[in-house]
Amino acid sequence: MKVLRQALLGLVAVASIGTASAGEVEVLHWWTSGGEARAVGILKDLLEEEGHTWKDFAVAGGAGSSAMTVLKSRAVSGNPPTAAQIKGPAIQQWAELGLLGNLDKVAEEGNWDTLLPEVVADVMRYDGHYVAVPVNVHRVNWLWANPEVLADAGVEMPTTWEELFSAAEKIRAAGYIPLGHGGQPWQDATIFETVVLSVGGSDFYRQALVELDPEALQSDTMIESLKLFKRLRGLMDEGMPGRDWNMATSMVISGDAAMQLMGDWVKGEFSAAGLTAGEGYLCAPAPGTADSFTFNTDSFAMFRVNDEGAHEAQRDLARLILEPEFQIAFNKIKGSIPVRTDLDMGEFDQCAQQAMQDFKASIDQGTLVPSMAHGMALSSAAQGAIFDIVTSYFNASDMTAEQAAERLANVANSAL
Amino acid sequence: MSSTSTAGAPRHGALRRTPSGLLQDWLPRIVVAPSLVVSLVFVYGFMLWTFVLSLTNSRMLPSYDFIGFAQYARLMENERWWVASTNLVVFGGLFVALCLFLGVVLAILLDQRIRQEGALRTIYLYPMALSFIVTGVVWKWLLNPSLGIEAMVQGWGFETFSFDWLVDPNMAIYTLVIAAVWQASGFVMALFLAGLRGVDDSILKAAQLDGASLPRIYWRVVMPCLRPVLFSAVMILAHIAIKSFDLVMALTGGGPGYATDLPATFMYTHTFSRAQIGLGSASAMLMLGGVLAILIPYLYCELRGRKHG
Repeated sequence: MKVLRQALLGLVAVASIGTASAGEVEVLHWWTSGGEARAVGILKDLLEEEGHTWKDFAVAGGAGSSAMTVLKSRAVSGNPPTAAQIKGPAIQQWAELGLLGNLDKVAEEGNWDTLLPEVVADVMRYDGHYVAVPVNVHRVNWLWANPEVLADAGVEMPTTWEELFSAAEKIRAAGYIPLGHGGQPWQDATIFETVVLSVGGSDFYRQALVELDPEALQSDTMIESLKLFKRLRGLMDEGMPGRDWNMATSMVISGDAAMQLMGDWVKGEFSAAGLTAGEGYLCAPAPGTADSFTFNTDSFAMFRVNDEGAHEAQRDLARLILEPEFQIAFNKIKGSIPVRTDLDMGEFDQCAQQAMQDFKASIDQGTLVPSMAHGMALSSAAQGAIFDIVTSYFNASDMTAEQAAERLANVANSAL
Repeated sequence: MSSTSTAGAPRHGALRRTPSGLLQDWLPRIVVAPSLVVSLVFVYGFMLWTFVLSLTNSRMLPSYDFIGFAQYARLMENERWWVASTNLVVFGGLFVALCLFLGVVLAILLDQRIRQEGALRTIYLYPMALSFIVTGVVWKWLLNPSLGIEAMVQGWGFETFSFDWLVDPNMAIYTLVIAAVWQASGFVMALFLAGLRGVDDSILKAAQLDGASLPRIYWRVVMPCLRPVLFSAVMILAHIAIKSFDLVMALTGGGPGYATDLPATFMYTHTFSRAQIGLGSASAMLMLGGVLAILIPYLYCELRGRKHG
């Protein structure tokens, strides 16, 4: 059965698997769109300068879920790639299976312990050993806006939810959609976690959405968050269900919609439309979350390899990823900020500079929290169960906030 | 089906054992063997494996810690599974019924020896040539309240007109029915038209001589003759309904919320993106059960019919 299984899964997986030669890294990632592909090209060039070969293994689609499916079949067939883009608690799951290699030596040489914020480093370590290397930091709790629409409606960038709601009335009166949104579960969850963070603060956020404490999930704070979350739906247009996030962003760009709550990857859409931060588009921390920072970090996990050349290349890859040259070049294109806090942000745009400032502040204040909606906080099973409740509450007319909170608590109790 | 008929080809090679005769004797078996092995492994082998996995606590990767039927119990407690199953009943029932009704009506109308029949037939059959993805995307735009039909009618001046089923969690499942019926009813029409053409003219003439009206002839005489066609049509439609995946993905993506989830999309989500292979396998086994519940009575009738015929 086992031999059969391996043989078959090998077939199901990618057919072209070359034998690893000295110094070759095969890198599985899902950065396939224009800007992302360019960003990953930088890493490829750097690695090839070191004399290694980069074997690209890009799997497009589904925000990485297709890539994960391919990765699983490769791993089960006993032939994982040398490095793979894996994020959040999934790193721990892979490490638990004993498939990941140890990066402690590179980490020690590169002084990762002081370079990386503790919260981020924690995600990269399994059992005290580094098994993955972080690439970037995206901030999720952002509010984006079209300055012309705001000016036309005569409103300022809101900093509290009440300001947002009163601005929205004026925006609607001026003939615009106040909030551009795409009604897909992960986008609903993105807004939900931001609302929870603003209503309950970072400690409550951690209790509820990271530790899945049933009491927190059923508390009045959660019910208040859910009610506020549902109110935001009234600011969206009715064509929203199923829309992709970048379509919502282009509504903001074209001036159909005034604002969008989304992570900073939307900057890619704004700059593709030729807009610059601060002039063509505005960014501000999502209302009520200026002091906190919801992070979404991409990372590469290194699989255990026997080949010495590949091992060497792996270590070089891990080292290069954290070097200033790559961190700056990559993150400028990707729209994120460097994961190390000691770099000069002069070359970055205004939003990224603010993100870095807030990132550092949130590390000091302990208000840096992992994003639940982007797979940084929970196992995919628990995350999926939360998504189900959040999105059906958001869309259904017949579910009360109390019922939703109770169902959230049930998820936590059912020990996924 | 077709492979077994090849195997049963006449074996005149048995008479004279020349090398070419031997080859001829064995050729059918050699040709059929790989496809038999392939279907044994990839269809029945994987069915068995899925069943085994549904009894384990497999999460991200398959594991073999058996936990009995606990995954099935979890599935029964899962609200989303019940939404998906109810949706399948609503979607499947309406889809099969509407397709049959429209298909039969179209076939009877086309059977009236009208002009340009070929052209009309092609028009009705054409949607079947599209993939469900294309159908889904087109209907997604048509049904989108801010782009499609609603916006158009409102643009004509009927401000209060509302057709927002696609974004209404309680109605969204019916948009799947609309798109699927649009796609498949032409195919049902083609099946029935072929059947109608096969009905012996003399029966019709005899009925006409007896003074039966046209609707009566169709209802009492022609349709009973078409029972086998009806059967095939129901079988094909029912399994399209159970397997529906691409249409949901393209048209609604399972939304709003998970209001249009079907068992197939449920299975995919849990197995592949939520790292719950055990639960996903359990749902796959229940889907298989659903297919068998339709298939076994069908095979039973077919085989019994053969014996008598």
